[in-house]
Amino acid sequence: MVNEKKSTKKIIEVENLVKNFEEIKAVKNISFSVQAGEIFAFLGPNGAGKTTTIKMLTTLLHPTSGKLLINGFDPVHQQSDARASFGIIFQDPSLDDELTALENLEFHGVLYKVPKKIRRERINQLLKFVELWDRRNDLVKHFSGGMKRRLEIARGLLHHPKILFLDEPTIGLDPQTRNHLWNYIKSLNEKEGMTVFLTTHYMEEAAKIADRIAIIDHGKIIKQGTVSDLKKATKTNSLEEAFLKLTGHSIREETAGAKEGFRAHARAWGRR
Amino acid sequence: MGAIYIMWLRQLKRYWRSKPRMLGSLAQPLLFFVALGFGLGPIFQKAGSGNYLEFLGPGIITMSILFTAMFAGIEVIWDRQFGFLKETLVAPVSRFKIMLGRTLGGATTATLQGVVILILTFIIGFRISNPWNLIPALIFMFLTAMLFTALGTAIASKLEDMQAFPLIINFLIMPIFFLSGALFPLDNLPSILTTITRINPLSYCVDGLRGTLTGVYNFGMGVDLLVVSVLSIIVLAIGSYVFSKTEV
Repeated sequence: MVNEKKSTKKIIEVENLVKNFEEIKAVKNISFSVQAGEIFAFLGPNGAGKTTTIKMLTTLLHPTSGKLLINGFDPVHQQSDARASFGIIFQDPSLDDELTALENLEFHGVLYKVPKKIRRERINQLLKFVELWDRRNDLVKHFSGGMKRRLEIARGLLHHPKILFLDEPTIGLDPQTRNHLWNYIKSLNEKEGMTVFLTTHYMEEAAKIADRIAIIDHGKIIKQGTVSDLKKATKTNSLEEAFLKLTGHSIREETAGAKEGFRAHARAWGRR
Repeated sequence: MGAIYIMWLRQLKRYWRSKPRMLGSLAQPLLFFVALGFGLGPIFQKAGSGNYLEFLGPGIITMSILFTAMFAGIEVIWDRQFGFLKETLVAPVSRFKIMLGRTLGGATTATLQGVVILILTFIIGFRISNPWNLIPALIFMFLTAMLFTALGTAIASKLEDMQAFPLIINFLIMPIFFLSGALFPLDNLPSILTTITRINPLSYCVDGLRGTLTGVYNFGMGVDLLVVSVLSIIVLAIGSYVFSKTEV
């Protein structure tokens, strides 16, 4: 296990991946791979294609073309095997507000076939870890944004996945919780050899935790390598400077399509 | 099995916890029952068709099942909206099981709702010919609930946004209800209406329930049972196919 980082087994393989949404080309022919046991970060401005790539890797979207392998399984044709290989912490909320914290975890554990005894133990342990133990029987709709985030993190770790996808996991968390979370993920990575694939906007987090980084913009990977590779290549002193040098200073607008309108409408309707 | 059970349990818990929705969905059928039942009852009697409350009871029970079941199915839209759908879609469980668990859960709540309405209409004045008939009646109620929960889920899996929500209600649920024989007898109708009521699956649900509860059939128990169960299976199959193709 200790030497897993040095193994050359590729746990995520992406070749010539393309995703088009009608006229929008979200991902334009990207290729990369992640070694088993590695912490790999995807950095890019808003709308660069990070989340779309994660959705394709996690079977939520079908690629337009290209080859994908997750733990040796094709997410398009071997969905169940691929799904059993990973855990994911989504960018947007994905909890059931009408269930309690405990019920949300229980639900997840049953879906992922974690045996009852282990499930109970881990749920208790994780609830204490994310400091929601006292609130375990409260409905999630009464939770603050940060608490929901912490619960989602606990849920994503419940089935001890081989690969953990984290799509901007630390948004809305205070520095204490962020620190706590990254330490925990780092320790899981070291102890269990769990591969971590993350996206974030916090450059210092990426610089601290990631073994390798890919910078993506306008649906293309511009550069990938270790932090020092990136700094060397751009002749800069920090990852943030390197990032800005590679992606420019202009501010991006995320395409707010049907989904945003939908959301506004749902708010107007109220929830039941 | 675990996955189907936990999906089912979730639907039940959500239903149980939304008391306002539960009460709200009791009010409308009861209003229909009281207003139409007592309002049109004397005319119905004069026309020689017997007791209107007895005729209307099964129609109102079916109505409450139709509404609750369709809304339970449509909850997929809410799950998409509030993100929970992703959680079920990335789980290593076949989409068919997810769909089946959801549908069973929605159908169970709709059946419960129907039972509550049955009890309330009984208190108001609806009478059943023989208490043993409640058993086949429950089967009809559950099949009706399955059919329309599966239909709601299939439709909601295809819908991306809430805008279509009122459209479904106005252009699907309302005609299904009003053109079904829930409110009026199906004989001696203009021929267009006869055709529509025969195509409408709810006609068979209402007829089956009315037959088992009061002993008066229009199509006959065999036909009703066959139509409702075959349609339930077909819609469930279509629903799980559509649901399995869902992308987020």
